[in-house]
Amino acid sequence: MENLGSLALLLAFCVSIFALVCSVTGALRKNLYLIAAGQRAVYVVWALITTASGILVYGLVSGDYRMMYVATHANKAMPWVYKISAWWGGQEGSLLFWSWILSCYGVAVVFTNRKQFKTMMPWVVGIMSFTQTFFLVLNNFVVPPFTVWAIGRGIITLPDGQGLNPLLQTPSMAIHPPMLYLGYVGFIAPFAFAIGSLINKQPGDEWIHTTRRWTLITWLFQTIGVTLGMGWAYYVLGWGGYWVWDPVENASVLPWITATAFLHSVMMQEKKGMMKVWNMVLVSATFFLCIFGTMLTRSGIVQSVHAFGISSIGNYFAVFLAISIAATVWLILDRLDFLKSESQLESVVSRESTFLFNNLLLLASCFAVLWGTLFPIISEAIGGEKIGVDAPFFNRVNVPIGLFLLFLTGVGPLVAWRRSSIESLKKNFLWPTVGMFVLMIVLFGAGMRSLYALMSFGLCLFVTMTIFSEFIKGTLVIMQKESMNVVRAVVELTHRNTRRYGGYLVHMGVVVMFIGFTGAAFNQDAVIEAALGETFHLGRYDMKITEVKDGETENYAWMKAVVDVSVGGEHIDTLSPERRVYKSSRQPGSNVDIRRRLNEDLFLNFAAMSQKGNGAVIQAYIFPLVSWIWVGFWVVLFGTLVCLVPAKIKYSYARTEVIGTATNVPREAHAKT
Amino acid sequence: MKNLKFGVIIAVVVATIAWLAFDGATASTAYYKNVSEVNKMGDRALGKRFKVGGDVVKGSIKRNGTEVSFQIVELNNANPGQVLKVTYTGNDPLPDTFRDGAQALADGRMNADGTFTANHVQAKCASKYEAKPGQIKPGTDPSHTSKPTSRS
Repeated sequence: MENLGSLALLLAFCVSIFALVCSVTGALRKNLYLIAAGQRAVYVVWALITTASGILVYGLVSGDYRMMYVATHANKAMPWVYKISAWWGGQEGSLLFWSWILSCYGVAVVFTNRKQFKTMMPWVVGIMSFTQTFFLVLNNFVVPPFTVWAIGRGIITLPDGQGLNPLLQTPSMAIHPPMLYLGYVGFIAPFAFAIGSLINKQPGDEWIHTTRRWTLITWLFQTIGVTLGMGWAYYVLGWGGYWVWDPVENASVLPWITATAFLHSVMMQEKKGMMKVWNMVLVSATFFLCIFGTMLTRSGIVQSVHAFGISSIGNYFAVFLAISIAATVWLILDRLDFLKSESQLESVVSRESTFLFNNLLLLASCFAVLWGTLFPIISEAIGGEKIGVDAPFFNRVNVPIGLFLLFLTGVGPLVAWRRSSIESLKKNFLWPTVGMFVLMIVLFGAGMRSLYALMSFGLCLFVTMTIFSEFIKGTLVIMQKESMNVVRAVVELTHRNTRRYGGYLVHMGVVVMFIGFTGAAFNQDAVIEAALGETFHLGRYDMKITEVKDGETENYAWMKAVVDVSVGGEHIDTLSPERRVYKSSRQPGSNVDIRRRLNEDLFLNFAAMSQKGNGAVIQAYIFPLVSWIWVGFWVVLFGTLVCLVPAKIKYSYARTEVIGTATNVPREAHAKT
Repeated sequence: MKNLKFGVIIAVVVATIAWLAFDGATASTAYYKNVSEVNKMGDRALGKRFKVGGDVVKGSIKRNGTEVSFQIVELNNANPGQVLKVTYTGNDPLPDTFRDGAQALADGRMNADGTFTANHVQAKCASKYEAKPGQIKPGTDPSHTSKPTSRS
């Protein structure tokens, strides 16, 4: 079986090179047969990689412990879901998974566009095949997934495997990598189309229209992936946090930041024909950061608790990145003439300018995170001393940027294109601003002293009010005109311009998430060693360990502390944090218990048995408002899905041509976003 | 004029962020060192923040109430005899991966007596698992007296 798998991968590698060569020569010679052959080869590559993956997954599920990958990532007692997720639970498997998703996207792109973009498609196929070939090099020659024990070791097979890392044996970790990968790998399509149009010197923004939906979907996958990672960190790692600016977390969020910037600045190109070079840079940067993120996670070049261990694989990535980046930069510089802006910035108070600042801030944040992540490497290269920065650095930079972005979220959509008059500003922002300051004063009066928290809550209200006012205004008009009731009118309004109102919903979700993030300013924690029956306190909670149980399952042995929680003498809940030791890997794992409420989470971790009186060492935390992050995420998800629904009314965006100096432009009606 | 306005605003924004970054960097710098390097530094090591990496000595992990102490040697014991005694006083749970023989990264400061006080510990599991016979009791194995700071 493993021979068949290796053979399939080797063939896939050859066919992928064939696809690359055919497409490129086909495009240069305008030979339709070669182009068609290249496109078909993409399907073949998919079939071959799918076969290889199928064999690996079959090996994992059936427990073929002759294979090294299977023996080190699966064991008999594991539930079958985790046997499948072991596919992406280790170095070799996860890179095969990468390749497989890439080939799926390849098929999707070729199939959906086979009748369009005759001149651009071969280049798109070429770029995708080039990347595919690179990953197949890794799969075949660097980290082959089908190595058997017998090679050089004389061991034929093992009775049982070591099992998947316990930290990964949890539902959110089973779907977190696929989501992130779908998001990462998916960015190849917008990138390939962008570069394809650039190579072809294609006029216009065709690639943007084709890939808009695609970009949005991959952005959504990235968002889901990052949020799942946060949720996992929160309840599986049990370190009492959802984000610590670990290099691997940073790697996952970097492309998300540039993708978000791209989603916004692309509107400038669609509607005003501006920022064309910038968009090229952003879409390329996002793609390269996706590859770079994979490299960070896989190569162990930066010390991280997530990393898969040091390996030479980083060099391969570095070469691939260097070649691709150099080619892209050269291409953009060479084609600058085709990327001329069609209009200019006119006023500091305009939609254009809010987009500009949105991009500036996102990029600054991205740069700061990248710099901080690579700081140990950079400082070692320059000063010979390895110096790291951690959470305080990232927070100090990103919190103010986040607040500024939040502010723009409220302002941007309501400012008119080109320029805004004082009256329209007053009309739109008077009440939200008043609301913001009133809330800040009230919270200050209530004893809140953290400046950032005050600003954050104030801005959250500000943005919420602007978004609601947009919905209310539109709804009232529709209610009058079409005599509909409120609910139908809201639906109708949203349906008429899904992009605009879906976007507002996404913004609303972001606001809700910010409320959750702000809660972190008020976290409380305590480590308590308590004997059985002893009471301890944190915040308003009184807790008592009533029992310490133990037992075992086929997969792990466990120990549980049963903790009664009461407030003001009244019993409200029983939490039972648990410790496990997984049998086959002898690795410990912990299952925290969380009482989740909208106002705050009570989070208990069973740290250890205590020497005194059969009790336990319990780490207790109070995390205010954390649940809002997850609620906000669902709102973002819903909003993005709304954006993807085709709008009922097709707006045509006439480009405003600037002829001479327009001094008395009539005040524009609400710009249609 | 218009471009000047944009230029000024952009410059102000960038300068502010750069200042924040610089300020944040000085506040949270930590030097990566290995055991023999910090031991050699002597008094010069006082007052600076370090991240010291090494292997956890087998059987050295002791829990005393909410405090955990352990010893680390250099990775793969590259420099035999160089040992660092670490006391962990942080509030965060120790990582699940933190156990005998694991690679640990202790984050904290040197004390005048040559011991190290860590307020944060990261750990990677040893590359090879060793099966130990006998009953497993999840709360009692001294190697995992505590919990995860880490992800894998």
